[in-house]
Amino acid sequence: MKLALRQGRLETLQFLRSRESVVFTLGFPVIMLAIFASIFGGTEIDGGVTLTQYFVTGMIATGLMTVSFQNLGIWIPIERDRGVLKRYRGTPMPKWVYFAGKVLMILGIAIAETVVLLLMSVLFFGLELPSTAARWLAFGWVSLLGITACTLLGIAISSLARTSRSGSAVVTPIALILQFTSGVFLVFTSLPGWMQSVSAIFPLKWMCQGLRYVFLPDSFAAQEPAGTWELGRIALVLGLWCVAGLALCLTTFRWTAPREG
Amino acid sequence: MNAISVRGLRKTYGGTTAVDGLDLEVHAGEIFALLGPNGAGKTTTVEILEGFRKRDAGEVTVLGEDPAAPSAAWRGRVGLVLQGTGEFDNLTVREIVHHFAGFYPDADDPDAVIARVGLAEKARARTHALSGGQKRRLDVALGIVGRPELLFLDEPTTGFDPEARREFWELVRDLNAGGTTILLTTHYLDEAEALAARVGVIAAGRLVEVSTPADLGGRQDALPTVTWRNPAGGLVHERTATPTALVSRLAGEFGGEVPGLAINRPTLEDIYLRMIETEAAK
Ligand SMILES: Nc1ncnc2c1ncn2[C@@H]1O[C@H](COP(=O)(O)OP(=O)(O)OP(=O)(O)O)[C@@H](O)[C@H]1O
Ligand SMILES: [Mg+2]
Repeated sequence: MKLALRQGRLETLQFLRSRESVVFTLGFPVIMLAIFASIFGGTEIDGGVTLTQYFVTGMIATGLMTVSFQNLGIWIPIERDRGVLKRYRGTPMPKWVYFAGKVLMILGIAIAETVVLLLMSVLFFGLELPSTAARWLAFGWVSLLGITACTLLGIAISSLARTSRSGSAVVTPIALILQFTSGVFLVFTSLPGWMQSVSAIFPLKWMCQGLRYVFLPDSFAAQEPAGTWELGRIALVLGLWCVAGLALCLTTFRWTAPREG
Repeated sequence: MNAISVRGLRKTYGGTTAVDGLDLEVHAGEIFALLGPNGAGKTTTVEILEGFRKRDAGEVTVLGEDPAAPSAAWRGRVGLVLQGTGEFDNLTVREIVHHFAGFYPDADDPDAVIARVGLAEKARARTHALSGGQKRRLDVALGIVGRPELLFLDEPTTGFDPEARREFWELVRDLNAGGTTILLTTHYLDEAEALAARVGVIAAGRLVEVSTPADLGGRQDALPTVTWRNPAGGLVHERTATPTALVSRLAGEFGGEVPGLAINRPTLEDIYLRMIETEAAK
């Protein structure tokens, strides 16, 4: 446990000292939010919600995915290529400590990121903070499950990259496609049916939906694909992804570059 | 007691055989140097012993365990300096060494280790700002901070300046005097001669000879070469078992001083190169 905390502290330090990571990981959702809100302003969609409010919830979900899935999918191949992972592996450190360190770092960044986005949205874009304890609770578990799933999947997908440079080539398109098809940039129900079905397999759609429950008025539930918030199903899908992600991590994770045999 | 024992080790990558039936014993407490040309299979062998690569065949015991399934306790007793340098982004030398010390049950004082490898002045520098040789020293620091019983050094002094190399040799002798067994690979014959009690030569994945540096390849018995200049000015080399007789004969022929006279015994490098050539010819 102490080892995991130490590892988390080191990872966070490394992240904070890397200016590009801080700017791109934290800055991307903030800038996107500012751009979108300025373009669409007060455009209303059904259920008494503005497009900006809808977009804010999606952007918070995207932020969670960026700091976990994209961050790890890009960084771990670099660490692997530079022999950092191999050096950790050469010590008595238990394997899980490395993963735990990443999770702790990501939790920290995700909280910071979400707070910034929320502040912006509340101050400038007319988002209202949840009014009931149930919604705050849902905010907690949707975020936590979503981050855990995305973190584990980020670790898992890092093994697909064969070199340090290919990490972002693997991860960026996946993230972008999911953002367009999961109801982040576009209203989910306005997408073609088949696209909705496909993206419903992946976690981002459910994270967005969960966060809409947290931040949008109850009346908006009618605009969701199922006509309700489907909280149980959100928990189920995200939970399954956590399990699948963990299984993938444990079975496929590589500590050395493929060329090192 | 053997720290390492290897029987019939074999490893192929796709079609190429990197290690081809290698046998090796390293005694507890000794410094053993592995020599061999590029691609001979040194790193492959060492990384199998370190538990990083899987072998295709053979029996391997390192500190009493099979490295194919390394336990955390075993990892704690083994120190590694890998062939490639590792790069930790955005951390200082001190932070990294302290962090790694925390992984070992009985780690050395990290600041003392940093001083020992000659990085005290760079302790607060970020690692990307270190020179190649300094990065290598950081690798060494991470290899020894856990007070290993057995230390693997894969070409540890690549990129060291001559002074740093001498200091490093002192460090290795020191560690060895403290009881650490050391398996070293190197391309520097003087390094092997200065440090190792025994050297082994690998060629094409096989151990072709093991002996002390002084005896390698029959070096003790190797014939010295007498060199001189003939009256036409050309250099003449002659290998002989009786150099004194040859020189006195020459002295007679020249009626006094022999021009350009030199008598040389083969260096470890000469012997080594000759061995490698004969192996390649096979
Ligand atoms: N991951 C790998 N995939 C394919 N072939 C490999 C791999 N690693 C090593 N080889 C091959 O195996 C052989 C032995 O390589 P190895 O790295 O063990 O040599 P070495 O003795 O350490 O050489 P050097 O002195 O250059 O470090 C070489 O022919 C090399 O090309
Ligand atoms: Mg090598």
